[in-house]
Amino acid sequence: MMHSLILQTATRMLIALMLVFALFILWRGHNEPGGGFIGGLIAAVAFALHGLAFGAKEMRKLLIADPRTIIAAGLATAVVSGLFALFKDGGPLPFMTGAWYITYTETGEKGFAIGTPVLFDVGVFLVVVGGIVAMVQSLMEEH
Amino acid sequence: MLTAVLAIFVLAALAPTVHRMTPSFSHWLLALVPAAITVWFATFLGPVGAGEVVTQSIPWIPTLGVELAFRLDGLSLLFALLITGIGTFIVIYSGGYLHGHEHQGRFYLFIIAFMGAMLGLVLADDIITLFVFWELTSITSFLLIGFNHEDASSRRSAVQALLVTAFGGLALLAGLVLLGIAAGSFTLSGIEASGIDIRAHALYLPILVLILLGAFTKSAQVPFHFWLPNAMDAPTPVSAYLHSATMVKAGVYLLARMNPTLGATEVWTITLAAFGTVTALWGGLMALRSTDLKKVLAYTTLMALGTLVMLVGLGTEYAMKAYAVFLLAHSLYKGALFMGAGSVDHGTGTRDVRELSGLWQKMKITGVFIALAALSMAGLPPFFGFIGKEFMYEGMLQAGTLGLLVVAGMVIANATMLGAAGLVFWKPFTGQPSEAAEHAHEGGPSLWLGPAVLASLGLALGLGAIPHEGLGEGLLGAVATSLKGEAAKVDLYLWHGLTPALGISVVTIALGLGMFLGLGGVKRGLDGLARASRVNVDAAWDHVLAGLNAVAVAVTRATQTGKLRDYMVWTFTGITLMLGGTLLLRDGILLPREMPETSYLGIFMAALMVVGTIGTILAFSRLAAIVSLSVVGLSIAMFFLVYGAPDVGITQLMVETLTVIIIVLVLAKLPAFRKGEDGTGGERARNGAIAVAMGAVTTAILLAVIAVPYELDLTRYFAEQSYVGGYGRNVVNVILVDFRAFDTLGEVTVVAVAGLGVLALLKARMGRTRTGSQAGGDQP
Repeated sequence: MMHSLILQTATRMLIALMLVFALFILWRGHNEPGGGFIGGLIAAVAFALHGLAFGAKEMRKLLIADPRTIIAAGLATAVVSGLFALFKDGGPLPFMTGAWYITYTETGEKGFAIGTPVLFDVGVFLVVVGGIVAMVQSLMEEH
Repeated sequence: MLTAVLAIFVLAALAPTVHRMTPSFSHWLLALVPAAITVWFATFLGPVGAGEVVTQSIPWIPTLGVELAFRLDGLSLLFALLITGIGTFIVIYSGGYLHGHEHQGRFYLFIIAFMGAMLGLVLADDIITLFVFWELTSITSFLLIGFNHEDASSRRSAVQALLVTAFGGLALLAGLVLLGIAAGSFTLSGIEASGIDIRAHALYLPILVLILLGAFTKSAQVPFHFWLPNAMDAPTPVSAYLHSATMVKAGVYLLARMNPTLGATEVWTITLAAFGTVTALWGGLMALRSTDLKKVLAYTTLMALGTLVMLVGLGTEYAMKAYAVFLLAHSLYKGALFMGAGSVDHGTGTRDVRELSGLWQKMKITGVFIALAALSMAGLPPFFGFIGKEFMYEGMLQAGTLGLLVVAGMVIANATMLGAAGLVFWKPFTGQPSEAAEHAHEGGPSLWLGPAVLASLGLALGLGAIPHEGLGEGLLGAVATSLKGEAAKVDLYLWHGLTPALGISVVTIALGLGMFLGLGGVKRGLDGLARASRVNVDAAWDHVLAGLNAVAVAVTRATQTGKLRDYMVWTFTGITLMLGGTLLLRDGILLPREMPETSYLGIFMAALMVVGTIGTILAFSRLAAIVSLSVVGLSIAMFFLVYGAPDVGITQLMVETLTVIIIVLVLAKLPAFRKGEDGTGGERARNGAIAVAMGAVTTAILLAVIAVPYELDLTRYFAEQSYVGGYGRNVVNVILVDFRAFDTLGEVTVVAVAGLGVLALLKARMGRTRTGSQAGGDQP
C-alpha cells in the first residue's frame, strides 16, 4: 500500500470506469476487438490498481467474493455453456457446439442475439479475473 | 453380459452402505447378487456347451473403433462361473473372517469391484475393453493386498504387486495394439475370423514377447513370481479369491485366448513349456520349504499356474483338455484350502505349521473339508484333481521329446503337491494337540460353507456325481474348443485302463509320499539348494527400487534446484535443442526468396526492441531491468496494433501492465541487487550463449515460415464462417469462444490452476514463516 493521496483519489475515479470498460470490452468482443480474455485482464488491472492504492483488504472487499470462488464460478460457467449442445434440437450435439437465440426485426434484420459462446466468454472473463487477482492478492498479503 | 458386469460394480458401490445398515447380515445379503449372476451364467451351460457363442456389443469410442464388446464362449463361461460362484462364497466367508473389522464395508467394496473387473476381463471381446478390465484387476488387487495399510510389509507387497503387474500391463497394451494393427481388427473374434496368419506376420515376435510379458507378470511366472507369495499379506479371503482362483489366472486365460491366434509355433511352444515347467517346479519345491500355511498354498498356486502355462504351450489335444480339467480342479481345491487355512488361523491365531498339530478334535468340520481339498490337490483318486493330473500326463506324452523333458519336471512338481497336501492337512490336524490347538475353536457357518461346497464339488466331479459325459462334452469340451479354435470334447474318466499316464501317476504318488515322509531331509536339501543358487529375486527387487529412487533423486537435484535461473537454463536449453534439432534433421532451414516489405515504423519499433534488450542485459538494478524489458513488450504490442491484430495487441498491453505490477510487488520483498549475483563470468557466458542460440533458432523458424507459401484456406474458412456460423464479426473472438472453444477451456483451466497454485504456494510459505522456521533459501 502506498498511502498516496493522488493515487487513491485517481483510483477512486478510475476504478468504476475501468470495470465498466472491462464489461463493455467483454460484451462487444464478439463483433469488435475485445472479448472475455481482454476484458478479464482489464478488470484484473483495475483490481490490482485498487489494491496498490488501498491495500489488499480493500481490494478483497471490492471483489465481494473470494478469488477462488470466482475462478470456480468461471470454470463452471464455461463448462455449463458447453453442455447446452446436449439438449439442443436435433439430438445431443458434440460438447461446446454453439447454441443461439436471435430476434429478428420485421424487415428481417438481425436484432438482439445471445448464445452460449457469450456465456462461455463470461466464464473466461471470470477465470481470468479470479486467477490474476488471486496472484496479486497473495503477493500483497505476504508480510 | 454388460448388465451382469455393471450390476456387480453397482453392488460394490452400495456395499459399504449395506454393511453399515446391517453389519451382521451384510455378507449374506451381498452374496445374493453374485449368486444370482452365477445361476444366470449357469443357464448358458446348455447352449454354450453345444457350441453356441453369445455376443453383445455397444459402441464406446466409435471414432477409434473401440467397442464394449462381450463374448461368451466355453472359456469365458468357465471363468465367469468360477468368478461369480467362488466369489459368492468368498463374500460370505469375508463376513465371518473380518467380522467386526472397522473397514469391513470398504473391504466389500474392493473385493466386489474386483469381481466386476475380473468378470469384464474374461467376457471382453474387444481387446481395449479387455485391457481396461485387466488394469482394473491390478488396481483392486493393489488395494486389497494393502488392505491392512498400517502394516509396512502389506504396503510393500501391495506396491510390489502393482508395479510388477502394471509393468506387464503396459507391455500387454503395446502387444494388443500391435496385434490389432496386424490383424486389422480390435476384437478377439474379429482377429480369429480375419484369416490373417499372425504367426507369419513381421510383427509376430514383438507381439508375442509383449503379450507374454503381460501374461507372465500377471500369472506370476518365474522370474516374475516373487510378488505372489508376498501378496499373502492380504486378508485370507483375498488370497483365496484373487491370488489363487481368479486374478492370477488372468494371464493363463489370456494365453489360452491367444492360443488359436499366436500359438503352435516353435517359439510359443518352447517358451511356454520352459517357463511353465520351471515355475511349476520352483513353486512346488518352495511350497515344501515354507512353514506358513498361506505361503505353502501360494507356492502351490505358482505350481498350478506354471502347469497351466506349460499346457497351453504344448498345445497337444490332451494338453488342451487337461487345461480345462485342471483349471477347474485347481480353482475348486485351492479356494477351499485357502479358506480352510484362514479358518485355522482364525481359530488358533497362527498359520505356522510348526506350531499346529492335533487340531482334529477341535475343528472337525474345517478338517474334513481341508482333507477333501488336500486330497484333490495331491491328485489322488477318486478326486477331480486326479483326473486333471491324468490328462496332464497324457497331454505331455503326446508332445514328443519336449513332452518327455517336461514330464520329468512335472513328476517332481506333482509329487511336491502330495507333500504340500500333507503339510496343510496331515501335519496340523493329526497327532498330539499342540499348545495353539488347545484353545482352538470352530468358526461359524459363513467360515465353513465355502470350503464345504468347493471341496465337495471336487469329490463329486471326480466320482461322476455330475455325469462325466455331460460335463466333458458340454462345458469342458467348449473350453477345449475355445483353446483349439475348432470343435473338441473332453472324455472324462476316472479309470481308463493301464496306460503310461497311470504308470507315471503311480510313480508321482510314490515319490510324493517319500517326500512327505522324509520332509525334514527334503527341506534341508532345499535350503542348501537355495543358499547355493542365491536366487533371491525379492531382495533384488528392493535394490532395483532403491536404485531407481537414487536416479530420480539425482536427476531432481540437478534440474530442480529451486533457483529460477537454473529452471530457465534447463527449459531454454531443452527448447533450443528440440526445435533446432528438428530444423536440422528435417531440412527445415529455408530462406525466403524475397523479404517482405518493411516500413520505417517497423524498423523503428524493432530498433526500440533491441535497445530494450540491451538495456535489460546491462541494467544495474532489478527495477531498471524490468522497465527495459517492458520496452520490448510494448514494442511488440505496437507491432500487433499496427499490423492489424488489435485483440492480440490489447492482450499484450494488458499482460505487460500486469507483469510490471506483479513483479513490482515481488521486488518490494527482495533484498537489493548485488553485483555478481547473476552468476560468475563463466555462468553469464553460458547463459548468454543459450539466449543467443534460442534467438537464432527462433529466427530460423520465422524465416522458414515466411519462406513457405502461405496457406489461406483456414483464414478464408474462418472469415467466411465467423458471421454465418458463429454470428460474430470479430474472427479472433469467434475462434476463441466458438470454433476452438474447447482449447480455450483448457487454457483458462491453466490460468485457474496457476492462480490457485500461487495462492497455495504463498499461503504455505506464510504458514512456515509464522511457525518460525526458515522460509526457504531462494525466492519461489
